[in-house]
Order: sequence, then C-alpha cells, then structure tokens
Amino acid sequence: MNKPIRTISIFCLLLFLALMINATYLQYYRAGALEQDPRNRRVLAASFSGDRGAILVGREAVAESVSSDDQYEFQRRYPQPFKYSHVTGWFSYFSQTGIEQSQNDVLSGDDSLLFVTRLVDLLSNSTPKGGSVQLTLDPAAQDAAFAGLEALPGEAEGSVVALEPSSGKILAMVSSPSYDPNLMASHDFGDVADTARRLGAAESEPLLNRGIQTTLPPGSTFKIVTAAAALESGNYADSDSLVPGGPTYQLPLTSGESGLVDNGGRACGTDRIPMIQAMEQSCNTSFAQLADELGPDAMHEQAEAFGWNSTYLEDLPLQAPSAYPEDMDAAQTALSGFGQSSVTSTPLQMAMVVSAVANGGIAMQPYVVDEVRSPELDVLDKTEENPLSRAVSASTAEELKEMLVSTVSNGTASPAAIPGIDVGGKTGTAESGRADIPPYAWFVSFAPADDPQVAVAVMIEKADIPRGEIAGGTVGGPIAKSVMEAVIQ
Amino acid sequence: MAEVSQTSSLLGFVHRRRRGAELFLLVLALAVGMGAYAAVGLGVEGEIPADILGYGGWLAVLIVAAHVAVRLTAPYADPVLLPVVAALNGLGLAVIHRLDLAYEAADRAAGFAQKQLTWMTLGVALFVVTLVFLRDHRALQRVTYTLGLTAIVLLLLPMVPGLGTTINGARIWIRLGAFSFQPGEVAKVLLVVAFAGYLVLHRDALALAGRRLLFVDLPRGRDLGPILVMWLVSLAILVFQRDLGSSLLFFGLFLVMLYVSTERPGWLVVGAGLFIGGGLLAWQLFTHVQARVDIWLDPFDHYGEGTDDLAFQPVEAMFGMGWGGLIGRGFGDGSPDRVPFANSDFIVASIGEELGLTGVIAVILMYGIMVERALRAALVCRDGFGKLIATGLAGVLALQVFVVIGGVTRLIPLTGLTTPFLSYGGSSLVANWVIIALLLRISDQARRPAPSLAPEDDQPDSETTQVVKL
Repeated sequence: MNKPIRTISIFCLLLFLALMINATYLQYYRAGALEQDPRNRRVLAASFSGDRGAILVGREAVAESVSSDDQYEFQRRYPQPFKYSHVTGWFSYFSQTGIEQSQNDVLSGDDSLLFVTRLVDLLSNSTPKGGSVQLTLDPAAQDAAFAGLEALPGEAEGSVVALEPSSGKILAMVSSPSYDPNLMASHDFGDVADTARRLGAAESEPLLNRGIQTTLPPGSTFKIVTAAAALESGNYADSDSLVPGGPTYQLPLTSGESGLVDNGGRACGTDRIPMIQAMEQSCNTSFAQLADELGPDAMHEQAEAFGWNSTYLEDLPLQAPSAYPEDMDAAQTALSGFGQSSVTSTPLQMAMVVSAVANGGIAMQPYVVDEVRSPELDVLDKTEENPLSRAVSASTAEELKEMLVSTVSNGTASPAAIPGIDVGGKTGTAESGRADIPPYAWFVSFAPADDPQVAVAVMIEKADIPRGEIAGGTVGGPIAKSVMEAVIQ
Repeated sequence: MAEVSQTSSLLGFVHRRRRGAELFLLVLALAVGMGAYAAVGLGVEGEIPADILGYGGWLAVLIVAAHVAVRLTAPYADPVLLPVVAALNGLGLAVIHRLDLAYEAADRAAGFAQKQLTWMTLGVALFVVTLVFLRDHRALQRVTYTLGLTAIVLLLLPMVPGLGTTINGARIWIRLGAFSFQPGEVAKVLLVVAFAGYLVLHRDALALAGRRLLFVDLPRGRDLGPILVMWLVSLAILVFQRDLGSSLLFFGLFLVMLYVSTERPGWLVVGAGLFIGGGLLAWQLFTHVQARVDIWLDPFDHYGEGTDDLAFQPVEAMFGMGWGGLIGRGFGDGSPDRVPFANSDFIVASIGEELGLTGVIAVILMYGIMVERALRAALVCRDGFGKLIATGLAGVLALQVFVVIGGVTRLIPLTGLTTPFLSYGGSSLVANWVIIALLLRISDQARRPAPSLAPEDDQPDSETTQVVKL
C-alpha cells in the first residue's frame, strides 16, 4: 500500500502549497487593493484612532489630535469651533470634509512626502504621527470676518472671503451660520449621527460653506465685470469715457413697467455720463445698456476670464462654479450687466474679481494650504503662487481701480473708507426675484489701492433686517472694512 | 525513504526512541503557548497577564502529562507530532483569549478561552486514556462494525427531534442540558477506524480487475456498492444537515482510504466523478449551496450597504488578512473581532490579521508537518490496518485544514469546519487529541524494533515447520 500513500503525500503537499500560495496572494499581493476599498472599516478605524497632524492658522492649531482614554487612542479637537469649521471641516468616523478631507493623506501620515517620517517611526517602533498643514488664513482677518457676521442681527446667513491679491492666498473664509465640528468628531457615534441629522436638516444649512458653495446673483458688484468688458472692448478708452446713462431704461424685447430699469433715484444724468460716475452712483441704466451694447459673447468671455463657469479652488472640496450662461437673449444680457437674471456668483468668485483688479489684471489661483509640515514641523512642501488667468489688461485694471477707489471716496461704497488709506470698493444689492425672499447684500473691496494687500467679498443672504434697509453698503461695508483693517494693521 | 527504513530495520536498523527530542520540542511548544498568551496581555492591556504563571503552569502540566504517557506507553512513537499539536493548541488558546478580551470590551459573551482550556484538559485526558488502554491498535479491528454503526448513529443523532439543534443553519449539534456537542467530530474518528477495518478485509475483492477504459482500470460494477453508500451518506449530510464541510470531508476521506487499500487509481476517477456529479446536483437543487458559490465568486457584490450583506464574514476576513499583511498588526492592534465566529471557523483570519502572513504560513506548515508525520507512520507501519488508519487520519487532517483555510482565504467556497486544535470547540478539540493518540500508537508500533527471531534459532529441529514472519 506504500505507493498510493506516497501519491497521497504528494497530493497533500499540493493542497498545502495551494493554501500557502493563496494566503500569500491574499495578504501580500491583494493587501493594497483591499485597503483601498472604501468599505474597509479597519482602515477607517485606524485613521480615526491615529495621531493625526494638526491644522495650523498662524501659530495656533485650529484642529489637533489629543490623547483619549477610550478605545480610540486619539480624539480630534477643534479649539476654535464655529470660526474655522467650514475651512477645517470635520473628521468623524464616518466622513471627512474641508481640509480634513482634502489633506487627509498628509494629516494621517500616508502622504509620500512623509515617507521618511513613516520609516523612522517604523524603525524606532514609535506610534506613527501625521503631518501638519499650515493654512494661509490670517487669524486677525478671520476674527474680524467672523465677528462681523456674528454682529448682524438675528441668525445671519452670509459669508466673507478675503484674498491676498498678489498671491491668491485666502486670508479669511467665514460662513454663517456655523457649527461645532467637535460634535462630529465625537467618539460617541450615536451622538454624531444625531448631530449630523440635525445639522443636515436645519433650514439655515449650517454645514454649507457659503463662501464657495452658495451661488447667488451678485447684483451691482458685477458692474465691475461689465465695466471691464467695456474697457477691454476698446470702445471706451478710460474711466472718463462717456457711457449711456439716464434715469430709466426699457430692457430690449420688453414693454411696460416690468421691463423698466431705474436707478433708485441716484444721479445718473439724462443721456451720457462718464463711466466713473456710473460706477460711483451704481447706475443700473448705464451698465444694462453697456451689456446690451457689448453683447452676450463679450460679456460671457469677460466673465469667464475672471473665473466664471469653472472651479479652481483645489484645497477645499465642493466648490460650486459661478454661472454666466452662454447665449442669453438681449433682455437677460442687459440685466446681467448689473448682476441680475441668470448670472450667479459665489463670494469667492466676487473676491476673485476685485483681487484680479487689484493685482494689475491677473487673477491668481486661490489656495488655503500654505505649507505641509512634518510632525516635527519641518516644512516639507510650500504651495507656489500660480496665476490662474489674465482677467483684464494692466491698463484696464488701472482704470477699474481708479473707479472703485472713487466709488468709496465719492460714491455709494463710502462705508468701507479707511482714513489715510485709499480703498476701492463696490456695493451690491441683488434682487432675489421672489417677494418672500429679501434681497441679497453684497460688498467687495480692496486696500490699499497703491499696494493692494487684501481683497474682500462680503455676501449676506439673510439677516434680521427690515427689507427696505438691506443694502450692500450699509450691511456689508463695515464688515469688509474691519477685515481690511485687520490685514493691513 | 520509508521503504529504505523498513528494509533497513530488517537489516538491523532500529528507530531510536527520541523521547528527549520530544521533550525539548515540547518546551518550545510551551514557550509558544505562554509567549502568545503574554503577547496578548501586552498587546491588549499593556501588561503581562497576572495569571501567566498559573496559566503556563497548567499548560505545562498538561504537556508533561501527555509526554509522560507517551514515554511510558508508546516509547517509540514519533517525537514531532505531540509538540506540534501542543504548539497549535497553545496558540489557539491565546488567540481565543485575545478575542475574549475584545468581546468583553464590546460587552459581548466571552470566556471562551477558559472553556477551551477545560476542553483541552479533557482532550489530553482522553489522549492519555487512549494510549494507556489501547496498547495495540489492531485490537480495534475486532470492533470494526460496532464502530461503524456507532459512527452512523452519531451522525444521525442531530436529526432526532428534541435532541438535535440547528446552529447557524447547520443541524450538526446535539444538546444535552446546557451541554452541546458536535457528534460528527467523534464520528469522524470512528469512521476512519471502521473504514480501515472494512477495507483491509475486502481490499482484494475491491481490487479485482474490472473494465479498462482510457488507460484506467475501472472497478467492477458490483464493487461499487460501498462507495455508492458512502456517496449517499455524504449527500444525506449535505441535504439534511446542510453541512457542506463534513459532507466533503467524509466522502474525500473514504475515497482516499479506498484508493490506498486497493492501490487502484480507478476508484479516484469514479469518486471524483461522483463528487462532481453530487456537487453539481446539490448546486442545482439547493439554494444554500448556490448562495455559497455566489458569495465565493463575487463576495464584494454581497457586502456593504445596499446589498444582502451575505458575504460580510468572508469579506471582513479578507480585509482583516490584508490589513495584517506580511508581519501582522500584532496582538491587540487589529480588529479580528469584526469577523463573526472569529474564534472558531475563522480563527485563521484572526491569526492572519494579528500575526500576519508569517503566522498563517507557520500554522499551515505545522499542519503540513502533522500530516507528513502521520503519513510517515503509515508508510513505516507493518500492518495494513494500521497503515489505513494512519493514512485516513492524515487525510482527515489535511482535508479539514484545506477546506477550512481554503474557505477562509477564498481558495474554495466557504464551508463550515473547525480548524484542528486552533478553533474554539470542545468536540473538535477532544476528537483531534484522540486522533493524535491513535497516530502515536500506530507510529510506536511501526518504529518499535521488529520482534526478535532468536527463539527459532534455538530450535533448529523445527526448521521445516518454521513460519517466516515479515
């Protein structure tokens, strides 16, 4: 019987070989693919309990991991909740948002930049630590923006975005109402689910980062784009060139009251007025006629040069593109000249407009991650400034700047004036188009005019203010001013 | 090589007892068991468990008791088998204990390691009893049919209303009071002995030349009886007890023993044909078999939200093993408790996650060594009955390990079987200790020096009537 026993031995050998080869395949060759599976809770749990790197603003951490004595080793903590929550996002067992999501590889320590750190950790058998992310945010500007929105009556819905025109650094990004990301990072998953449900269902949408996710008609602030298109067309040489004016203007293709544009009683002449006056007095009739004259293609092209219809913010997820549709009819095009009809914008996009104007016509790509650092805070990578597009020529930018400065010193944007400093700015009050929704207040500005350090956009979607008193200048102007002051001083 | 040793033993070669080597290897096995227990304490709770000495002492007592029994009753037995078994059992206990700690932390039922240690004690006791009372395995040949009948009764017991219980879809348990038992595990051992007794008597009849077809000698039709009976029994287990694993195990076991006893590969062809036929039939007829195959082919389609989640267990096991990687997460740093039944059927996944591929390969190699030593005993054994038992037991171990580890690592469809010596489960552990006792008994007989022929030399007158013993 020995011969068949030997055959059986060889058969058993093959069985065991097959087991070993298969185990090797599973645990070695397929291990990476298995870890990539989004349903793999082990990977999630490991990153959840890991010593995640900090998110830094200035010298302070706005998100950090501290030791925890429960089953997860570390607890994510946000020392300044509400103020930074829309930028940092949250880090929960179930999901991540904001910087926590976009910089997850760095924060968790998986990024290739941190390879050496990982290797050292492995060799020294110490717990791996994630890298830190230094944000471009200016704490003073963020404070001013947050305080400004907080000070509005009622639970205001709005946003402030501030940029450094020369680099594209985001200096402030606040959205109101806000939420406490500490609740989302809790280790009590029942609470987290309740909080997520409550915040998700809230009518005021606190989870929304209005700075980049809310698109609304920009109103008169869009007149900067219309003016830019007019100057770029070559038909108007400078800010003193005469443009159409007048107290009223009947929109093309319309008749009667509903198609009649007026200026709310501001001084816009009777026939032709200088472009600078149209800007100072925020003349709807002038910019509607200019837009109609330039045509939908030129307007569309100019809007896209500033960044409309595209997304360009890589550091934060879910940026909504601002819309300037193609092929609008003549009436819509005329309305778009002062930021109504189908044109919409995020606060970031409007900040991009003033920023490009302040930066000699070049729009810089906005970014919020300044540096990636090792756990020991050595700088591993620094974001380079990157021009996004040339929005307007340098001379056009100069003319626009002049008009916007004049709008603050002599016109409707006076609430943003800072003594001793030349400030450029523009107000906007956009009709929501619905009787039950109050108008949206906008304010955009930059300062100082000779060497712009900051460009701001303020948008207030809703606040507890009587309908008649809502105006971009009075509501948004002081907030923009305080943010600019915070940056300059 | 075994043939050489057999002839050489005729030429005066005598196997050494090697009990010292066994003792040394047992010390290493004890180190594995205690080391793993200490590592679990360190990894999960950050300190060496306070009862390490008590626990290690108890393991040492069991190991020494087994060793002394072997030394006294089977001095020539294979020196490697017992240490490998002790190491596997110790490792299994540590892993079960590690899962207990995880279950305690999650407020789930725990305390399995304590029970397993009790079962191990019972297993070692039965191991000693078997060695002490069964001085010659050939005594079992006298009770072939009694054992066979007992095995069939045991297999049928779970189907008795009121006695059998269905756990996790398989009706393979009997419950007596607070005590549940898997009779199939005991039946497994009895069946091997019964098959061996039957086949050693009827091998000549079964080996008679039959028809020759495509270079293979097929057996005669009338000899197909026993294999058909076994085939039907296996199918019955599959159908009525819904136990794919045992069905496959019993049939494969019978096939191996039939082939070894008759030396006719034709039986393998017939058996494989019947197996494939039965498998296809079962796949056609039974939804639970189809479900198993579907899960095997596309586990990720049956995992996660929005699916039926039937593949939760195998996919979690794969995630865990992938997460373990080459060297594992270390005790306490993985989450093997995510896998349902991590301490029984899926204990290999737990080992894969926390001890890595290294641990899994070590375990597979230890099983390989066990099977190899068992087959070696079969080769050296002098009587056909012993050879068949040893081969059968080796086959049981190999098939069981292949079916369960192959199932967990998705080499073959998943079937429920315990991992010998590692898994939590009393019936299985006790039965496997008896299997080792039987193997040691056979290897002791095989390696013992041949009976002296000297008395015949003293009586030259009886030379004409001498019977040559080989």
